[in-house]
Amino acid sequence: MLEIKNLQVKVAGKEILKGIDLSIGPGEVHAVMGPNGSGKTTLAQVLAGRLTYEVTGGSARFQGKDLLAMKPEDRAREGVFMAFQYPVEIPGVSNAYFLKAALNAIRKYRGLEEIDAMDFMGLVQDKAKLLGLDETFMKRGLNEGFSGGEKKKNEVFQMAVLEPKFCILDETDSGLDIDALRLVANGVNTMRGPNRSMLVVTHYQRLLDYVIPDFVHVLVDGRIVKSGDADLARNLEKHGYGWIVEEAPKPQPARA
Amino acid sequence: MRPGDIVAVALDAKQTYVADFASAEADLPSPSWLRGIRRSAIERFEAVGFPTQRHEEWRFTNLAPLLRVPFKPAITGGPDGVVAEKLEPFAFGILKTSRLVFVNGRYAPRLSYLRSLPEGVRIASLAEVLRQEPGTLEKYLARFARFQDDPFVALNTAFFVDGAFVDVPKNAVVDEPIHLVFVSTARDVPTIAYPRNLIRLGAGSQATVIETYAGWAPEVTFTNAVTEVVSAPASVLEHYKIQRESEAAFHVATMSIDQDRNSSVTCHSMSFGGALVRNYVHTLFRGEGGSVGLNGLFMPSGTQQSDHYTRIDHAAPACTSLELYRGILGGKSRGVFNGNIYVRKDAQKTVARQVNKNLLLSKEAFVDSTPGLEILADDVKCSHASTIGQLDENAVFYLRSRGIDEENARHILTYAFASDVVNQVKVAPIRIKLDQLILSRLPKGADVGETL
Repeated sequence: MLEIKNLQVKVAGKEILKGIDLSIGPGEVHAVMGPNGSGKTTLAQVLAGRLTYEVTGGSARFQGKDLLAMKPEDRAREGVFMAFQYPVEIPGVSNAYFLKAALNAIRKYRGLEEIDAMDFMGLVQDKAKLLGLDETFMKRGLNEGFSGGEKKKNEVFQMAVLEPKFCILDETDSGLDIDALRLVANGVNTMRGPNRSMLVVTHYQRLLDYVIPDFVHVLVDGRIVKSGDADLARNLEKHGYGWIVEEAPKPQPARA
Repeated sequence: MRPGDIVAVALDAKQTYVADFASAEADLPSPSWLRGIRRSAIERFEAVGFPTQRHEEWRFTNLAPLLRVPFKPAITGGPDGVVAEKLEPFAFGILKTSRLVFVNGRYAPRLSYLRSLPEGVRIASLAEVLRQEPGTLEKYLARFARFQDDPFVALNTAFFVDGAFVDVPKNAVVDEPIHLVFVSTARDVPTIAYPRNLIRLGAGSQATVIETYAGWAPEVTFTNAVTEVVSAPASVLEHYKIQRESEAAFHVATMSIDQDRNSSVTCHSMSFGGALVRNYVHTLFRGEGGSVGLNGLFMPSGTQQSDHYTRIDHAAPACTSLELYRGILGGKSRGVFNGNIYVRKDAQKTVARQVNKNLLLSKEAFVDSTPGLEILADDVKCSHASTIGQLDENAVFYLRSRGIDEENARHILTYAFASDVVNQVKVAPIRIKLDQLILSRLPKGADVGETL
């Protein structure tokens, strides 16, 4: 579903990703873990299309198409979704209005008819219940005055409504208490299926206790230095990142 | 242009207006008490002339484009080709209102209608009232909008022919809004009109008044309007001023509000049209416990200039003012917000909050924002804030990352920026109309509206 080859990215002139190779098949859940500053969020953002990131080399193909050449909105329409680490507050745009606009933009792109108001309300009510969001939430401004937990729930709620094929969760567990974490994890697990893949970016093991990944990759200094299964994440929780950083192959000198 | 040129232009224009008054005076509706006031006003105008950018209050407003046009007062008393269908776009959907229409500052009875009103409520042509009961208005008219302080008020006071008189007696509650429509037309020569309105609210009464200013390009018109509001104790007024003249129109409007104790006034000022627009809203709290809300949106684009001056005079204790103005500026447009809150020495327990936020949609748009608080009392809660910025690129990305294209994302965020002000509007059909007007000012705004 997603093929990343030797992806290199600069942010503000600084090299952050130094050659990422990652292949994610249909239905697979991959976790990317790593210490602060290792490039996890950069990887998530560059896949979603953040413009401030400069791709200097490599490729990322999504269902055979050149993902990096697409505008952010087209990536979303093709089925890529990123749950933001820091969702933006937009007063004056209700959650309902925003989500309907997004859903219809995606449907239009796929040649589907726009959803009518009744069907839309039916759709969102079910999904909101799943995440424990009450009814007034749809009328409130987009993330306006939301607690950290509510914002994260809203991200997963949007994901549930938009039904993407490829979900990127960027530090979705940060700032969640245990009840919210369970709800969010449950929401994510409900969406797992043979045709939907996920990339879970996280610093901690916490979320992975609930969303059990098929593969775990450790990112250190812009490179994936170790890959394994869910046990690797548990090891990291127990022993920290230190042992991996030491075990990791030293960066090769730059080629002349 | 050299500074000397504008002085010459202003001087020429002044002499023309003074000469016009001499020939118009005899035909103006003037009971004897008013004749004296008109004379004093034109003399005051002759003494001070038009302001230039050397005047602090006019520092950001270049009047030269206005002063160069040889405007003439509209001669015809008739509706000048304005038919009811032309006014339909200025209605508010299903909202039922009484409507008074004025074409070039003169009452147009055939375009106007009154719905059933509570006993004692009057909505009438000011000129008719002056003719039929010359004494009725003496206590109020020209007592609140001070021509001594403002040359445009002086001109209006000298020249006005007509306008609306809205009189709501004690304890009367007018449920349906009263819609005053001021239409500007110019057939052969640029035309000037001086609408003059008086809104009088008796103790404990309530009313909603909408002033719509309408006109069509390419007719070059100048509206110099004055509205005086007298709010008796515990009265409630919702006032809307919706500026929808064409982008060839000039518009200067003054609103002077006099609030007795525990009265409540909300002024919504929504400015869309006009080549050069200047609005001045002034409220005076003369009794304690009053409240005022000034709620403004200005949205110039192209080469429009849209200026908004406000002054809230807390002359009595325990009054509350909440001022919220937002500017959305596109193209090469210019805008001014200048808010002045004055808390006098005895006005303890004053609560005053003023916020002006501006959104620049293009690199060539420009806004001057000058919030102002002058506090002489010591037990008050006052604050002011002003921002000027562009759309938040993080927010644009957030919307795009959900499948919304960039242009729509920017429209949605622009619309959202205006919503703070629009949401203050309590009457749903007016709110819906404002939403439409805002969207219609955005290229492809209709697409955003569709998904609403």
